[in-house]
Amino acid sequence: MKLTEEQVRYVAGLANLTLTDGEIHQYAHDLSDILTHIDKLNELNTDGVEPMAQVLFADEETATLRADEPRPTLTNAEALANAPAAGQGYYKVPRVIER
Amino acid sequence: MQISTLTIEAVRKGLSGKQFSAVELTQEALAFAKAENPKTNAYLTFSDDRALAAAARVDEKLARGEDPGPLGGVPVGVKDVISTRGVRTTCASKLLEHYVPPYDATAVERLEAAGGVIIGKANCDEFAMGSSNENSAFGPVRNPAALDRVPGGSSGGSAAVVAQGTAVVSLGSDTGGSIRQPASFCGCVGVTPTFGRVSRYGLVAFASSLDHIGPFSRTVADSATLLGAIAGRDERDATSASHPVQDYAAAMQQPLRGLRIGLPKEYFAGLASETGDRIAAGIALLKKQGCEIVDVSLPHTDWAIAAYYIICTAEVSANLSRFDGVRFTTRSAKSDSLIDMYRNSRGEGFGAEAKRRIMLGAYVLSHGYYDAYYLKAQRVRSLIARDFAQAFEQVDALLTPVSPFPAFKLGEKVNDPLQMYLSDIYTITGDLAGIPCMSVPCGTTAEGLPVGMQILTKHFSEDLMFRIAHQYEIHGGFAV
Repeated sequence: MKLTEEQVRYVAGLANLTLTDGEIHQYAHDLSDILTHIDKLNELNTDGVEPMAQVLFADEETATLRADEPRPTLTNAEALANAPAAGQGYYKVPRVIER
Repeated sequence: MQISTLTIEAVRKGLSGKQFSAVELTQEALAFAKAENPKTNAYLTFSDDRALAAAARVDEKLARGEDPGPLGGVPVGVKDVISTRGVRTTCASKLLEHYVPPYDATAVERLEAAGGVIIGKANCDEFAMGSSNENSAFGPVRNPAALDRVPGGSSGGSAAVVAQGTAVVSLGSDTGGSIRQPASFCGCVGVTPTFGRVSRYGLVAFASSLDHIGPFSRTVADSATLLGAIAGRDERDATSASHPVQDYAAAMQQPLRGLRIGLPKEYFAGLASETGDRIAAGIALLKKQGCEIVDVSLPHTDWAIAAYYIICTAEVSANLSRFDGVRFTTRSAKSDSLIDMYRNSRGEGFGAEAKRRIMLGAYVLSHGYYDAYYLKAQRVRSLIARDFAQAFEQVDALLTPVSPFPAFKLGEKVNDPLQMYLSDIYTITGDLAGIPCMSVPCGTTAEGLPVGMQILTKHFSEDLMFRIAHQYEIHGGFAV
C-alpha cells in the first residue's frame, strides 16, 4: 500500500495536525512502509471470527455500575489551572462567531 | 547503607532496627539519585517535598508503633505518564512540559498509602510510544549497563532507575512491551500484569484497550510486593477487575516440580545467537527444577505486529485528540482561528513518533478503511488471544525471549520506524491477549549486555508467574 503526499495532507487535516512539507514527505514514506507490512493481514481468513475490542472477563470481574452517590470533583479553579488561557471561570479560545 | 542495592526487605529491616529513619533514607536516596542522574537522564523531575512528606508520615507511624505498610519508606520512581498531583507530569512531551495534574493516579495513591516514597518522575518515550526511549522530548535515557546504548522503551527511565540503583522499585506502563523490553535491556525484573489488574485511572491514555501499569524491581519479591499494593478493583476505572488479589509472597515459596512449561516455536526462530543461548540456559535451569518442557505453537504470531499497529494507532489518534491547545498548558502562538489553534498547537507540540502514530491511526479509521483495517485487526486479535487460550490447555506457563536482541546503540534504529516496530514481536502478543507476563534477567552476552526471559501465564495467574520467576531467581537464574 503506497500513500501519496496528497493523501498524507488529507489525513493530516483529519487529525488536525499542521505538518511541514518535509514531514509530509517523510510520513508518506514511513506510512507506506508500515501499511505495506500491514497488508500481511489479508493473508488470514477471518470470516466468522468475532472482533476483539477489549480484553473481556466474566461479568462479575468488571461490573461497571457503582452506587450513584455524589462525591467531590475538581473545583473550577483546579480544572482551569493548566489552561493556556482562561478567565471568568471559563477556558478561552479564539473567537468562533463573528458579531 | 548501600542505596543502590537496597530491597524492600532491607528497607523494612533498616527502619525497624533504627539504622536509619525514613526521612534520612529519603534524603540520601534523593541526593544519590540527583548525583547519578546526569549519567543516564533517567529522571525528568525530582519530587523532594512530596517524598519528604511521605517519609515523615512513615516515621510518625513507626514512632507510634504502627505498621508503615508493605512499602514503608521505600524510594520509588514513577513513569512520567502517570499522574501525580502537584508534581509535573510531562509524558516526555514538549506539549506537557509545564502540566501539573490536579489529581493522583490510583496506583500512585495506593503505593503512597502502602508507605512508598515517590522520589521522582522517570523519563520515557513521548506518550509511551517507542522501543528505545529516544522519542523523549527531554533527551534519551542511557542504559546503565552500557551508557552508549538505549535502555529500551517506552519505560526506559523506570527500568534505568532500578538498574542504576537510584530507586528500589518503580512504576512503568506497558502497551506493547514497554515494561518487559526495557527490563530485559537493563537487567531488572519488569511485570505486565493481567489487563485490568491495576487501575489505569490517572495513567495518561495511549491505547486504552492495551495499556497496563506495572512494577520494575531488582528482585522478583519486590515486584510482587509492589503489585500487591497497587492491584485490585477501582471504581474510577471501569476496566479494572474485581478478581481477588492473591498472596504472591506465599505462592512464590512453592517449588516447581511437575509444572508444564511451553516453548512456543514461533518465538525461537530468528533469535540473535547469544540471546538464544542465554534463554536455552534459563530453560535448562527450570528443567533441573523439575519442570516439564513442552513444545507448543502460537500459530498467529506472525500477524501480531500488523494487528497491533492498527489497533494501537487507532486508539492513539482518538486519545491524543484531547491535546488541542485548550486545556493542557501549551497553545501555539499562531492561533488566530480555532482551527489554526488546534492544528498549530498539535503540529508544534507533538514529536515525530507521536505524529506518525496519530497519522497512521487517523488513516486506518478514515472513511472506507475501517473494515479493511481496524475491524480486520480486531478479528486477528481474537485469533491471537485464542492461540494463548489453546496453549494454556496444554501447559501451565510459557517461556520466551523478551527481545530478539540485547540493547542496541543510541541512534542505531532511529531512522527506520518499521524495523523498530518489528522488534516488539515477542512482547506485543501478551498485551493483545491481556495475559500476565514478565521479564526476568537471564544472564548477559559476552559484551556484558543483559538478556531477559519472558514468563507468561493465564489471566489472573500472577501467583504462578511470580512463583516460577522467584524459584528461577533463587536457583541462580538471573546469572545463568
